[in-house]
Amino acid sequence: MIPSSWRLPLLTFCAVLLLWELSVIVFKVPDYLVPSPIEIGGLVRSRLPDLLHALLVTGTEAVGGFLLSAVVGVAVGLFFSTSSLIRRCFYPYVVLLQTIPIIAISPLILLWLGNGSASVLFISFLISVPAVIVNTTQGLISIEPNLLNLFRMGNAGVAAVLFKLRLPHALPHIFVGLKIAAGASVVGALVGETFAGSSSLGAGGLGYSSIYALSQLDTPYLFAIILTSSLLGLLLFFAVVVLERIMVGSWHESVRGDRVD
Amino acid sequence: MASSPSSQIISIANLNKEYPNSKPVIRDLSLSVAPGEFVSVLGASGCGKSTLLKMIAGLSPISGGSIRIDGRAPEGARDAVSFVFQDSTLLPWRTVARNVELSLEFEQVPRPQRASRVAAVLKLVGLEEVHDYYPRQLSGGMKMRVSLARALVTTPRLLLMDEPFGALDAMTRNRLNEELLALKAQQQWTTLFVTHSITEAVFLSNRIILMGANPGRICEEVMIPLPTHRTAALRGDPAFLDLVGQVSRSFGALHL
Repeated sequence: MIPSSWRLPLLTFCAVLLLWELSVIVFKVPDYLVPSPIEIGGLVRSRLPDLLHALLVTGTEAVGGFLLSAVVGVAVGLFFSTSSLIRRCFYPYVVLLQTIPIIAISPLILLWLGNGSASVLFISFLISVPAVIVNTTQGLISIEPNLLNLFRMGNAGVAAVLFKLRLPHALPHIFVGLKIAAGASVVGALVGETFAGSSSLGAGGLGYSSIYALSQLDTPYLFAIILTSSLLGLLLFFAVVVLERIMVGSWHESVRGDRVD
Repeated sequence: MASSPSSQIISIANLNKEYPNSKPVIRDLSLSVAPGEFVSVLGASGCGKSTLLKMIAGLSPISGGSIRIDGRAPEGARDAVSFVFQDSTLLPWRTVARNVELSLEFEQVPRPQRASRVAAVLKLVGLEEVHDYYPRQLSGGMKMRVSLARALVTTPRLLLMDEPFGALDAMTRNRLNEELLALKAQQQWTTLFVTHSITEAVFLSNRIILMGANPGRICEEVMIPLPTHRTAALRGDPAFLDLVGQVSRSFGALHL
């Protein structure tokens, strides 16, 4: 059973595929420029083991980069939330980290960590960590003064303020950061692989495979890789959304508005 | 008030409050509140009435003079004081019951005793049905009731209220005024209540303090000799309307 809200978008999707297929046939577009959807579909099926393997390699790097950015990002956010002096010293550099094109420093990482998954994971981490740091910090410090006063009236200690007020308040913000990081970590892994992806036999991930497919003018496979990469991004994003639903879904306004009067 | 200073629950003498490089916020303010009194502080915005309340709670440092709560410094008297803020300040990730329980956690009440005390106070404010609701599911008036329940669950001796009903519609506000008096009749706390509504102040109080601004100071005290037991019907009573008129005129005279 397809949910009713999905029906129209799915219809659009099918219409676009049909138009694409017809255009390729009618205008006789060569398949090394734009392959037809049917061709891509057939290729996905015939080279599924290759694609799945590349997905596993890149997925491991992206998930690794994402998890590292989640742990480090929240830890740094906690550190930043402890004092405005610390924030004034370090915060500008987090913003700066966001503005550095990671492509520009990728060769350097390659130099330090060598070819392979470690470098890719690190690039993925670098690209995704600023969003987690910034949002965690914001969530921890943007607390209504009277809520802090309430805790002061209760003579609450630092630990109580952190665990009963700051962290739960920051949770929705942390998830905003994690959702951005989920998408970014996949981009980071793909970009990283084009630089540092291992070319040893059968070890290449999606990024590396795309470079290889390009060099062979294997455009249909390139499209299959794009599909697989999108799937990876979606999977990681939805994993975070599901976790968010579980952890803040019951109380946060963004979910439902069932009020009683 | 003729009683000796030691019997007062709030004793404020020559209180000053100023920030560096700006005009004084409060100058030479003295005030005593006896146990069981309901005193309202009425003043235009910016006269320092909220600051006064925060200083009494020990949430804002004083610049001069003294404040004693039950003979103790404000910071040391918090076990006897509850503060109700302008907004309900509920934790959105906690249910109604868990929000009320927070006060008991602060007082380190053992877990087994908490549930019954929370249930009792929620019954008192008429919220037993929304025990497991989250704040986002409640109306403004209900949120304020939860906030009140959280303040009352620790059976405070002194309740400091900073325009708690200011954001509510007039109907809800009136109803909560009546409920507040009914609660007070059962629990016997002392209240210092900050508001800018004259009718609210007259309806609730034994005594009204009129504050003037620049610098914040007490300009006049008005006794409200209405019966202790007050209901909605009082709002149509000529004696009530007379007092509202009297306070309005005094209040108006402050701003000439």
